[in-house]
Amino acid sequence: MSITEQEKAVFKAIGRNDKDAIESVYKENYSLIQHFVVYNNGSEDDARDIFQEAMMVLYEKAKTPDFELTCQIKTYLYSVSRRLWLKKLQYARRIETQIENFDKIAPVEEDLEDHEKLTKQYMTMRAAMGKIGEPCKSLIEAFYVHHKNMQEIASFFGYTNADNAKNQKYKCLVRLKKLFFAQYKNS
Amino acid sequence: MDQLQLAEMVEKYLRGELSEAERGSFEIMRRNDPELDQMVVEYHFFLEEMDRYGEIRRFKSNIYDTHETLQENGLIKELRIKTKAKIINMWSRYRRVVAVAASIAGITALFISGMMTIFSPNAPIRDIEELRRKVTSLEKQSSNQRVEFNKFKTKIEPGASVKFGGTSFMIDPKGFLVTSAHVLKDAKMVYVENQDGEEFKAEIIHTDPLSDIAILKIHDEDFKAPKQLPYGFSRNATELSEPVYTLGYPKDEIVYNEGYLSAKSGLDGDTLAYQLAISANPGNSGGPVLNKNGEVIGILNARQASANGVVFATKSKNIYTLLNELKESDPDLNIKLKNNSSIKGTDRSHQVRKVQDHVYMVKVVLG
Repeated sequence: MSITEQEKAVFKAIGRNDKDAIESVYKENYSLIQHFVVYNNGSEDDARDIFQEAMMVLYEKAKTPDFELTCQIKTYLYSVSRRLWLKKLQYARRIETQIENFDKIAPVEEDLEDHEKLTKQYMTMRAAMGKIGEPCKSLIEAFYVHHKNMQEIASFFGYTNADNAKNQKYKCLVRLKKLFFAQYKNS
Repeated sequence: MDQLQLAEMVEKYLRGELSEAERGSFEIMRRNDPELDQMVVEYHFFLEEMDRYGEIRRFKSNIYDTHETLQENGLIKELRIKTKAKIINMWSRYRRVVAVAASIAGITALFISGMMTIFSPNAPIRDIEELRRKVTSLEKQSSNQRVEFNKFKTKIEPGASVKFGGTSFMIDPKGFLVTSAHVLKDAKMVYVENQDGEEFKAEIIHTDPLSDIAILKIHDEDFKAPKQLPYGFSRNATELSEPVYTLGYPKDEIVYNEGYLSAKSGLDGDTLAYQLAISANPGNSGGPVLNKNGEVIGILNARQASANGVVFATKSKNIYTLLNELKESDPDLNIKLKNNSSIKGTDRSHQVRKVQDHVYMVKVVLG
């Protein structure tokens, strides 16, 4: 089935972290994945975890410049979720039951390998962030995650001016970098 | 140039924020200094990772929010399935094994209970302190003052005085609350008050002294039922050392406390309860104990009198059991517990903000 222009646009918007696009994709696809997981020995929470991880894979792919979507978003999410869930079932050594067939399944093996690599990198940074302590963690997050400017950060954290905040930020960054590379070499 | 200035320079260079001239001189420096060059390479990689981390974090929080919004608006719902067929199937296959196992279990149980009656001391020493709060006249005065300041008028009849207090929290948005049974001991009238100081009359639906759980229902015209509760109720066992937190009314204002699960059984191996390491005071009884996912794992109800910081909570599984029993005796009651929590994955202060709206102070007027 060919992919409509609209579908492509939604896919690109997901890559831009667009809230409306996320909501529409979420709304249209959640129940399918939920149904699949819950009817195959999963709990409500499992369904949510699997779906959200599949959304992450979709997002990573949508951000990759040379990635071309070759199937519908629904098919893609279903294929990824199915693979993720099968893996988790095996991992948890639960009894594997006949998983009902969905006629179209896209090849997502490679995408999931990429996803695993990215997740590992993300976890490395998260571990480093976990070790850095406060107020560094909040300061770094305010700047790099929430994209606040130095003026806002200074007033929020109670620094007398933006320069002070900037100094503090670089101190934290130097420490985080050390922790990150220590973590990186270990993994 | 010191470390910090260098870090700033490298970041500006990599983000293309240096002026033409600065850029030129920096590049010359970089060419002549292999150490600096190495540092730039490292920074480049590190900043890329940092940006990616930020993007993923933002995306994740977006999908969590979306889930919550969609659930609140009823656009996605929990899915219930019937698994009866499978169980019957298993029953027919394992009937004989089950029969043997059951008879062995039965004999063992009889043997153990026999041993227990022989060896256990006749009068157990009471080493437990229930955490309901005795409202003294002094405290009552301060609470009266507060009522005057509040925009809400008290509904408690003049002449009747509040003798005991505790905490309760909502289990079903239709107005059903749960608290500890001992909080309601000898109660004639029960009132609950939310954190805004608004008082509602409540009816005792059921009390179970064994698991120390009581169910209340708010009967009050002023009560506006919330659409949905943010927390879910856990059926599963919680792991040792898992961080937990509670909200309650040891004073006239809601109080937050945190700790961890220290044992999977309560006093003297009581399997209906958990042991927690958390700070709790009289008045905390009946408060929810939540885990990091925002799931209720128990109801706080007592502390050990002879030890500091040893607190007990009855397991949330007991609420399910009690409701099942109730459903048999009164099918119209229709109390539904939510399985999953919609605040899972959000940070603690956000969770507390969502939960505290549904935690009520219990005021007991004795008969």
